[in-house]
Amino acid sequence: MTSSSFSDILQFFFMGLQRGCIYALAAMGFNMIYNATGIINFAQGEFVVLGGLMMVTLTMAVKLPIPLAFLSTTVFVTLVGIAMERFTINPVKHPTVLRLIIITIAVSIIIKGLAMCFWGKNSHFMRHFSSTETLDFYGATILPQTLWIIGILLLIVAGYIYFFNYTMTGKCMRACAINRDAARLAGINDRKMVMLSFALSAGIGAIAGIIITPIIQMDYARGALLGIKGFGAAVLGGLGNSMGAIIAGVFIGILEALAAGYISSHYMDAIALIILMLVLFVRPSGIFGSSEAMRLKEF
Amino acid sequence: MPNSILRLENLRKKFGGVVAVDDLNLVFNKGEVTALIGPNGAGKTTVFNLITGFVKPTAGTILFKDIRLNHKKPHAIAALGIGRTFQNVQVFSNMTVLENVMVGRHLRSRNGMLMSAFLPPMLRREENRIRASAQERLVLLGLDRYAHLPAGSLPLGNQRMLEIARALALEPTLLFLDEPASGLNARETMAMGELIHKIKSMNITVILVEHDMELVMDISDRVAVINFGRLIAQGTPKEVQLNPDVINAYLGT
Amino acid sequence: MKIKDYVGIGIVMAAVAVAPKLVGNEYYLGVLIFAALNCLTCTGLCLLMGYAGQISIGHGAFIAVGAYTSAVLTTKLGWSPWTAMGCGVILAAGIAVFMGLPTMRLKGHYLAMATLGFASIIHIVAVAAVDVTGGPSGITGIPRLQLFGFVLNSDTRNFYFYWGIVVAGLLLAVNLIHSRVGRGLQAIHGSEDAAASLGVNIAVDKIKVLVLSAVYASISGSLYAHYVLFIDPGPFDVMHSVLLVTMVAVGGLHNIWGAFSGALLLSLLPEGLSFLSEYLQTFDIRYRTDYDTLIYGGILLLIMLFLPEGLFEGLSRLLKTVFSLRRKWGGGLARHAE
Repeated sequence: MTSSSFSDILQFFFMGLQRGCIYALAAMGFNMIYNATGIINFAQGEFVVLGGLMMVTLTMAVKLPIPLAFLSTTVFVTLVGIAMERFTINPVKHPTVLRLIIITIAVSIIIKGLAMCFWGKNSHFMRHFSSTETLDFYGATILPQTLWIIGILLLIVAGYIYFFNYTMTGKCMRACAINRDAARLAGINDRKMVMLSFALSAGIGAIAGIIITPIIQMDYARGALLGIKGFGAAVLGGLGNSMGAIIAGVFIGILEALAAGYISSHYMDAIALIILMLVLFVRPSGIFGSSEAMRLKEF
Repeated sequence: MPNSILRLENLRKKFGGVVAVDDLNLVFNKGEVTALIGPNGAGKTTVFNLITGFVKPTAGTILFKDIRLNHKKPHAIAALGIGRTFQNVQVFSNMTVLENVMVGRHLRSRNGMLMSAFLPPMLRREENRIRASAQERLVLLGLDRYAHLPAGSLPLGNQRMLEIARALALEPTLLFLDEPASGLNARETMAMGELIHKIKSMNITVILVEHDMELVMDISDRVAVINFGRLIAQGTPKEVQLNPDVINAYLGT
Repeated sequence: MKIKDYVGIGIVMAAVAVAPKLVGNEYYLGVLIFAALNCLTCTGLCLLMGYAGQISIGHGAFIAVGAYTSAVLTTKLGWSPWTAMGCGVILAAGIAVFMGLPTMRLKGHYLAMATLGFASIIHIVAVAAVDVTGGPSGITGIPRLQLFGFVLNSDTRNFYFYWGIVVAGLLLAVNLIHSRVGRGLQAIHGSEDAAASLGVNIAVDKIKVLVLSAVYASISGSLYAHYVLFIDPGPFDVMHSVLLVTMVAVGGLHNIWGAFSGALLLSLLPEGLSFLSEYLQTFDIRYRTDYDTLIYGGILLLIMLFLPEGLFEGLSRLLKTVFSLRRKWGGGLARHAE
């Protein structure tokens, strides 16, 4: 292998990594709500879009410093997630999976509609967190923003591990995910856990949107595709398994970048979808899931 | 000597690390009412689910009149004439009471989608037959006056009856009842006992799981006791009641 | 039950017969023809969603399969529209079988995501496979349909023919619902375990109904292509699939007439909204068609929260309550008078 083709591959790897981190974060969001409620939140992609667009407004129009804008955007989208749970999921008296899924679809349409009203149909630029000067790395170039993305993903993963393993609330959430009735008997307020899961998954979605917007330029209509790619990662990693989702998300991102480089950029978006379909056909429990457990799940 | 209708040979089921059914050997006799009893979590419902194909066995054999049921799907097992009810009642609440029982006649006709969509006049006679025989089952169980109500609107006792009516519409030779009296009041429980007698007199073998011991001792010809997935005793109701192992399992020393 | 359905079909037929006279305007006739296409697709989708309880968020893809098969085969190979439509149906059915296979093994709503993924793939292919689909600029010069030498070249002719197909589609669906197969589907929705315990082959029946609904969608796609005579990827995006789900859910999941009225209502809604916007303009309030998405989403959410059985059942229940209240009131007043 010549050194130039090696640096090509490395370049695609970096490109894939930055997108893959976003899919990984979206997949984590899916998993949190799925574990707490057993439903797939079709508005997950909209959280990402909302995060990106809000960040654009706060940094480019309001001209807040980036850390402050980052924080306010995350809080804002988290509140949207909480509102979604309080006003559309919580009041449903006789929830069926079908009805809840349609409700999340409705919410996604509404968020998309609102985003179009407020931000219009154009893509929005946002400045990078730090300089846009690329760094050289064995012949490939890497943007500082990519390093930000990877770093923030790692921080979130660390936070995630800490939260679910070392805090009481996190352990309660895990208990609810494993057996809701038993958790309720043990005195855990499962309704509150559902709200928390929406808050966390909206917050994570927002962060994904914030960190990727400098690179992809956000517009109101991106939610569906981002969402379904994230879902692809979630399924590939084994639905409900967040560590699996992260690996799967990064994997899909890299594969996408390679496909864009070597096949055709037209079909780049189809890669994640084809992987999703393949997994559903061949091994619906994902790479890291157990098939016996999958059959019992009510999704 | 009564002849057997169903045999379980070294039946075993593991869920992950938990052994729910452990080398179970059991023979059920034709035409009898057999009760499967045991403390909560003893594996009774798992045995039902294994036989009716909802759960696949880890090892062992299930023989129904010399047919191996091990890897058959639930609908194929139903086609052999094995009916069942569920512990948590599962009536089709989106359909009327009559329609529920009509679903029970599903296997008694063969008409497919195209025929049903394009040539309904050809099916009218058969539809009438299905309706009539469903109506018959409702009369048998005293549910006929609710025929056109949504099944979900019935009280629990009637929903349990409806589940049985639906299973009877299958014309089974073997019927599994999973806790038929659970959640019923004293009067309804008595009616359930009479019904089970009636079903037995229709030449249907009945196997039930039940916690109401009075009912079990009253209606069963034989009783099998399971604990931790193992058979610990079997025999007539009298014999089982006097068995020290059984008393032990229930009282737990 | 059955009598109600025949009355319903009678009403639709009567309305279809008089509509062109009442409307009399080519533009609105066109709107009604598009409504017919949505009604046809939603009738099929309702069989899948409302009766078998399986959700598809990718039915726009089956419409696209029908439309593109018709367009490509008639313009590039010169086949007759009817043969092309048949090929579309076969292709859509084949894809549906393929899509349905994972659901054979799994419980629940994997189909939702699989169909959504499939719809996105179809859209990407429609845009990217320029040689076959013409890419973003689409395919032009699609021939009109001919029926026994009659060319469907006026909107009135098209209107009657298209609505005739809708009525036929409704009739078939109603027949199916009140048959062994239909009861089996409803049973699957009610409880998969109980249905299986009564001998319903749930895996196969789910695939069958998915195929049937895909066939409805594919026919509606072919009809679309032969009406507008030009297709591009625009109308086949995921949003259209979501809109179809909205139509079915708003009208009523569990009732074919609900889905039908939902499709009709939401197809006419944009016209209603443009009326409204003219009216609002007199008050100096500017309404933009951009708000349509928001309104669809809002309607869907409100219906799912407060009238989960849909407008059709909800309204008929409301009417019943009003009537029984009036009877009570009437009785009360009569007693009072005594």
